[in-house]
Amino acid sequence: MTTQSAEKYRLDGNTLPEGFRLPKSDSEDADEFFLNIGPQHPSTHGVLRIVARLSGETIVEAVPHLGYIHRGIEKMAENQTYIQNIHLTDRLDYLSAFFNNLCFCMAVEQAMDIGLPERGEYLRVMVCELQRIQSHLLWWGVMGMDLGGFTPFLYGFREREMITDIFEEMCGARLTMNFFRPGGSSFDAPDTFVPRIKKFIKIMYKALDEYNTLLSGNIIFQERTRGVGILSREDVLAYGCSGAVLRASNVSYDVRKNDAYSIYDQFDFDIPTSTEGDSLARYQIKMEEIVQSLRILEQAVEKFPEGPYRSQPKAVYKLPKGSYYSQVETPRGILGTYIVSDGGPKPTG
Amino acid sequence: MSAETLYPLQNGIGNMVRSLFPESAFFINPTLGLVSVVILVSVLAAFLILLERKVVAHFQVRLGPMRVGYHGILQPLADGLKLLFKEILKPKGADSFIFYLAPMLPLTATFLIMVIMPFDHHLQLADPAGGVLYVLGVSGLTVLGILLGGWSSNNKLSLLGAMRAGAQMISFEISLALIMLLIVMLSGTASLREIVLSQQGLIFDWWIFKLPFLGILSFIMYLVASTAELNRTPFDLAEAESELTAGYHTEYSGMGFAMFFFAEFVNMFISAGLATTFFLGGFLPPLIGISFVDGLLNAIPGFLWFFGKTFFVVFIYMWFRWTFPRLRVDQLMSLEWKMLLPANLLLLMMGAVFMVLGWAG
Repeated sequence: MTTQSAEKYRLDGNTLPEGFRLPKSDSEDADEFFLNIGPQHPSTHGVLRIVARLSGETIVEAVPHLGYIHRGIEKMAENQTYIQNIHLTDRLDYLSAFFNNLCFCMAVEQAMDIGLPERGEYLRVMVCELQRIQSHLLWWGVMGMDLGGFTPFLYGFREREMITDIFEEMCGARLTMNFFRPGGSSFDAPDTFVPRIKKFIKIMYKALDEYNTLLSGNIIFQERTRGVGILSREDVLAYGCSGAVLRASNVSYDVRKNDAYSIYDQFDFDIPTSTEGDSLARYQIKMEEIVQSLRILEQAVEKFPEGPYRSQPKAVYKLPKGSYYSQVETPRGILGTYIVSDGGPKPTG
Repeated sequence: MSAETLYPLQNGIGNMVRSLFPESAFFINPTLGLVSVVILVSVLAAFLILLERKVVAHFQVRLGPMRVGYHGILQPLADGLKLLFKEILKPKGADSFIFYLAPMLPLTATFLIMVIMPFDHHLQLADPAGGVLYVLGVSGLTVLGILLGGWSSNNKLSLLGAMRAGAQMISFEISLALIMLLIVMLSGTASLREIVLSQQGLIFDWWIFKLPFLGILSFIMYLVASTAELNRTPFDLAEAESELTAGYHTEYSGMGFAMFFFAEFVNMFISAGLATTFFLGGFLPPLIGISFVDGLLNAIPGFLWFFGKTFFVVFIYMWFRWTFPRLRVDQLMSLEWKMLLPANLLLLMMGAVFMVLGWAG
């Protein structure tokens, strides 16, 4: 809340926190009232609290209150070795554990100059793209549910379940994978890995048609999202947005293309952009990203090589003194890992 | 309430009770009628809740309730028992009297409308000459209950839900009334039974098919307006879960909630029943003019036709609900006042022209 509007709502002797001060009863805005949304509310996935100042049905002002899920992972990381820290990164964003693992492992690899066998790189790309689709499917379902249509949620989960099963067979986990290691991954892909992905790609293309019929093409859905939450090109750059939000406002930036890590430079895929910058554009870009991920998967399953999946693991991982940064493109945008090392087996604070 | 409209009560249980108390027949008829309405409403509510849960489950590639009884057939019973034993909580600062009164009003409205529903030729408890007006008047109780419930809860989410429901139901009631007016005009009567009888003949004599495009258009508009009137998706703004938690009944628990919930489902049946009465020939079979087939269709009792058609419309409501996302408040209002209402007036005028030209039969 800006200082000006905070001033406007200050009452004498009112000890309420900022964002809760009511207007004076004789002022022009006396009809306005505050509505506290969250931290526990059906539409807050995770815990976000928004204090909205309403005039009837119109939101005059909305103040987000953040920090309800700060878990102090940085502090915990200082007391664990690098390998032990990988499982902590699972929980950063529980819908894209692979990306979090990958980002952390890449920082360690960069510091210790660890290389990867080709099969390991392909495995990374394939599971990451699968996870991108998986994450987008949940987003798609929840998007429908927040707009009042419950059915998309279950349709999204139907296909998501196939990916989750692939992951379960590969590493035993369905959500928090703890899978990648510096120099590769903890397990090799099972024999059924490639056939299952091939089957999934076929089904997913059909499912996408269904999704477009159910939600994307629906006039109510389009009316609800078109022109809502417009962010201009200048805005997204100024706020430092990334991911679909950035690309929906006509900035073509994707770490996979512009700062290619792993072997993404060997694949042929597009970065969808839009000039609209509204909610509908962001939706369409995410849907298009699913198609592009499927394209990468199609190419990867054809070329998936035999051979070792992990370079020789080290007994102790000790990063040379210094600081290291790595970044990946997760389903939600850019994720970066910044490690400071004093040369010991644990990160320093 | 005339004696001949009560024919199922004339024999069987009715005769038995009357022979036991011959001198008090004047109140046995109404009492039996009301008891049968109460039983009908309770059974319907339970059945519709199960039906909705099963239908939506199969829309959504899952099974729905499967544990209580065969394929979950006793689930409503278990739900009802659970709700019965739940504590009824009243929020601090709520207006006790109104808070407890509010849930009863919508349910009362459903009882009152059920009384004049023409289930069959003689299966109707009362048939007032102004039946359509009665329906419109009594259904206002639903809005009142929702408004009072939301207001007395002392909760901003409830209040917002109630205000939305009030604005929405009152707006769409105008459309609904205009569509009913069109049918009243065409059939020349406001009694529900007479409206059904005015569609006697072949299937093409039903109001939905009788006039070129006018009937089918009004039927579609009726479906839209009544879905809004019922507060069901895509017009479920009053209880928009992702915005208002549960809207006007956020603070209700136990039987208070159950009453709102039952009324909602029985209202769905009533809306569908009225659609059947106005457009789909009520209890009349869909005769097609081939004597052999018509003989078979005629052999099926009228109330089965009524329930069949009504549940078909109910199924359409459910289909709507589990397919569409929700409209925004301003879009909802502009849909009514800028599109539906002018279109309704146009249809009404066209109906009048058709009558003058003598096309309306």
